[in-house]
Order: sequence, then structure tokens, then C-alpha cells
Amino acid sequence: MSEILSVTDLTVSFDGFKAVDNLSFSVEQNELRVVIGPNGAGKTTLLDMICGKTKPTHGSIRFKDLELSEMIDYQITRAGVGRKFQTPSIYQDLTVFENLEISTPEHRGIYDSLFFRHDRASIEKVESVAEDISLQGELYSQAGTLSHGQKQWLEIGMLLMQDPDLMLLDEPVAGMSARERALTAELLKNIARGRSLVVIEHDMVFVKMIAKKISVLHQGRLLAEGSMDQVQNDERVIEVYLGN
Amino acid sequence: MTAARSGSSLRHTLVDFLERFGVWILAVLLLLVVPLTFDMFRLGLAAKYLCFAFPALGIVLIWGYAGILSLGQGVFFGLGSYMMAMFLKLEAAANPDSSSGTALAAFFGAAGLPDFMVWNSVEKLPLWWEPFHHVWLMIPAVLLLPTLIAFVLGYVNFRNRVSGVYFTIVTLSIAAIMAIVIIGQQGYTGGINGITDFKTFLGLNLDTDRAKLVMYFITVSLLLLAVLTGRFIIRSRLGRVLVAIRDQEDRVRFSGYDSAMFKAFIFAIGALFASIGGALFTIQVGLASPSLVGIVPSIEMVIYAAIGGRVSLIGAVYGAFLVNAAKTFFSENFVEYWTYFIGALYVFVVMFLPAGLAGILKKLRGSESRRANGKTG
Repeated sequence: MSEILSVTDLTVSFDGFKAVDNLSFSVEQNELRVVIGPNGAGKTTLLDMICGKTKPTHGSIRFKDLELSEMIDYQITRAGVGRKFQTPSIYQDLTVFENLEISTPEHRGIYDSLFFRHDRASIEKVESVAEDISLQGELYSQAGTLSHGQKQWLEIGMLLMQDPDLMLLDEPVAGMSARERALTAELLKNIARGRSLVVIEHDMVFVKMIAKKISVLHQGRLLAEGSMDQVQNDERVIEVYLGN
Repeated sequence: MTAARSGSSLRHTLVDFLERFGVWILAVLLLLVVPLTFDMFRLGLAAKYLCFAFPALGIVLIWGYAGILSLGQGVFFGLGSYMMAMFLKLEAAANPDSSSGTALAAFFGAAGLPDFMVWNSVEKLPLWWEPFHHVWLMIPAVLLLPTLIAFVLGYVNFRNRVSGVYFTIVTLSIAAIMAIVIIGQQGYTGGINGITDFKTFLGLNLDTDRAKLVMYFITVSLLLLAVLTGRFIIRSRLGRVLVAIRDQEDRVRFSGYDSAMFKAFIFAIGALFASIGGALFTIQVGLASPSLVGIVPSIEMVIYAAIGGRVSLIGAVYGAFLVNAAKTFFSENFVEYWTYFIGALYVFVVMFLPAGLAGILKKLRGSESRRANGKTG
């Protein structure tokens, strides 16, 4: 299998503190990778660097045949990387429909967006994504009135509209009920068909539901990598999580 | 019970009517009611007030929708105003019948030079005044120059992530600098007195009732065009992207938009509106003055929009009109209290009517519009 994302010797330092330290890791085509690690391990910073929110101090991030560390955030998105943030970031004052519709990858220019008119295909695309994220009944509600879990889904839906080849999800089930978590696990498995996913998650029950391969970060470095079983029984991982 | 219900349904019908036909009502008021009921003096005042509605419309777009608070719209109003004044002044200076110091200029062998330049011993027309001899250079300059300046200024700042209160401070500083430069460069700009004393536009006497009436209708037509343009923008996908930027700019960027470009675009549109308003002001009031450029007038323009309702284009027109009418009333009667009054009015609106006059309609209907109560930018 070929690699879609390959990170080499990636380092970022904030005033001397290395949040990510000489990290190398790669994700394959159509893989669902879960990244775990204690607080401050550099998980979110890693995603920030991949999607262009934070500039690395040095190192390389290859995505397909592009060097992402030299690109600007919206260009990275256009190249096919989607990012979901830890706290759901959606547009409160717009309806669910409008939230999704804005996220389509076409008509992102000034002129195009000024003269854009809905057609059958664009409406159907919004409706089908809304169904995927179980929000088909809320299309015309203000997004600000949704429950926390629904907001998380909406943001995932906004990424689906972009149809990215690589999706970066930061704690997608934070604040969700057990039932919502199970639904989200199903959703992510469906999404993962035909694209690659990197998911940061703390909730080990949820990780178990979705993970095939897990990367464990600790103090900005890659500590261990492998299946759920391998990671669970790894001495170093146990030590990091449980202490001495 | 029945009476109460029919009363409330009547109220809803009325509110619906006002909301649906807002532009039509405004057009009827400005094109029919005002010209038929106001005398020439009051009509002239109305035209002046409406010139301030242009920058207010721009502020609705850039502040209400995109969440960018600019305290420098007076700069763009002033640019339009001064460019128009330069043209009118040159026309007056070239006209031997006008009183614009022509005789004085001719005496000193500087015919065609504006009077204030002669007073300030400026002997030759500065090069940057030259294009304003021609109306077909002046009009494109009024339309394009402030728009371009705003676009470049906006894009450079937004691209470098200068936004929120920091951008507001940038606009505030530019307003201050512009007023200082104009006042300081008296020989080229007329200084604190501004540029005044011109009576004709392309040979037409601006003091006649006929000219005033024509200018009033031109102002109203352009204003309605600006309202419709603003409405077109708001209702387009671009308008939704602007609201999205106001809510979550990062999310917009990570949806693949160059948000800086969108913000610069709407900032430029706001500058365009302000410049048109400034040019129309000068031609009708007969004055371009540094007192319309600096920080205080810029803040007043924001107040027009806030009072009208930050996200209501039509509200901005009423806001500009009513505040200016109140200003005339107060300065005719209690001059020294005007600033207190406008301050108190602003505080009142922010505290009790966060969605401005337009918010009253929403309250009457009894359903709060979340969009109207959107976040402060």
C-alpha cells in the first residue's frame, strides 16, 4: 500500500519548548489511524501542523506529492486535507443547510460565490451528507441551537462536503452520550471507505470500536505504534499512562 | 381573547409587510413623500443626511455581516468628498465670473489656481491636482481610488491576520493621520477650512432649486442602488461566507476559502459606498472639510449603522437620516448638548436595542432573530 501522508523529522518549538520533537510517522491510503497519548503529548499540535494552522520549525510533511509545510492553510484544504477541531467549530448564525452548503469545494472565489445559485445537484449533495450525519431533520434549524453532539456531527458533515482525501479529526466524540458515540463510530467507519483518517481520541472504549492501528505520542515523540493489543501491552505505554 | 388574537395577527401582518416591502417603502418615502412635503431648504438638508447613509450602508456590510469594525470610514467619505471638491474648485477657479479668488489669482499672474493656493503662496498647481480638471477622470477616481486603497489596506492586514480590535485601531489611526495631513498641508488641501466656494458643476449653477432637486433625485437613486447592491451581496453565497467569517474565521479558512480576500472585498465595497456619499455630499453642501474625515465623524457613521440595526441595510438609511435630523435639531436649539445626546443615544441603543431600529420589528413579531442579535464583531 502506498503512503498518503508521510511526516519526517517534524519539530515545532514554542519559545524553546518542543511540543513536537523530531517526529516521523506515516499514514497509508484508506487507513484509519488513531493517535492517542496523555495531555501535552503534541497530538493537536501535530494536526495543526499538517493542516497549516501552525508552521513547523523544521521537518517535512508530504501529502501525495505536495510539501504541506510550505503551503498556506486554505491551499492545504484545497489540496484535499480536511480538519475538524476539538471544540466543534460551526457557524452558529447560519442554518445547518447553509453550514454544509458553504463547505462545498466549488465556488470558493469572490466572483463565483457572488453569483452562485443552487441547482438540483448541490441541494442533493447537502441532503445526502445531512443524512449521513443524522441531521436530515434539522436542515433548516439554526446551527447554534443544535446539541453539542449534533454540532460535532455537523462539523464532520462540513468536512464530508469537501470530500477530502485525508481527514484529521480532533476528539470527535468529546461531550457525546454513549449512544452518540456508537453512532459516530459507525459514521467514521463509513467515512473511512475511500479515504484516510487520522483521529485523536482519549476515550479508549471509542478507540477500541474504530481502531486498527494506533500511534502513541508522548512528549512530542512517537512512543509506540501497533494494533490495540500491542499498544495495550506495551510496557512503555503503560508506564506513560499509569506512571510509576 | 379573539380581539387580542386578531390584534396580534394584524400586528404580524403589518410587520411582515414592513419587512417584505422595506425597500419599496423606502423608495416611496424618498422619491415621493419627501420631495412633495419638504420645502427646498429642508429637501437640501434631507439630501445631506442621505449622503451619510452611504457610509452607513458600507458599515452594515463590513461590521454587521463580516464582523470587521472600521472606525475609519470617514477616510473614504473624505477621499470622495475631496476629489469632488478638487474638480469643482478647479472649475470655479477657471471661471472668470466666479468669486473664487480669480481676480486675486489673475493679479498675481496665477489664473486658474484655486484661491487658497494663492493665499498660501503656492505658485503652481500640484501635479496630483491636474487629473481633476476633467470630469471623466474625477468620476472614475471617486469610484476606484478609495475602493482600491481599501482593498490593498484590507488584504495586507487581513492576510497577516491583523483583525478584530487591532484592525479597528489601524483604521482609527488612518482616520487621525488623514485629518492631520489635510490640516497640515494647507497650501494643497485648504487646511482646516477645507475646500469651499464653488457654485457650478459642468457650468450648471448648483444654487438653483432645479439643480438641488436634480441632485436630490440622483442621490436617492444612487442610494437605492447601493441598498439593492448590498442586498444582492448579503443574499448571495458570499453573504453567507461573510457571516461564517464573523462566527468562525478559522473554520472558513479550513474550508478552503481565502478569508482575507473576502474581508478585503467587502471592506472595499464599504469604501466605495462611502466615497460616493462623500462626493454627493460635497456637490450638494458645497464643502469638503477635514471635520468630515477624522475619528469623530467616522465613529458617528458607525453610530448611524448601530442605531439603524447593524445587520439592516434599510435600517442604516433611517439611522443616518434620523441621527442627522436630530443633530440639526439639537444644534439649532441646544448646540452644546449634541455630543452628550449622541453619546447617550448610542449607549441606549447598545443596552436596550442591540439590533437597532430594525430590531424593533423583530420584537414586535415576538420572535428573536438570532442573526440580528449576532455576535459583536
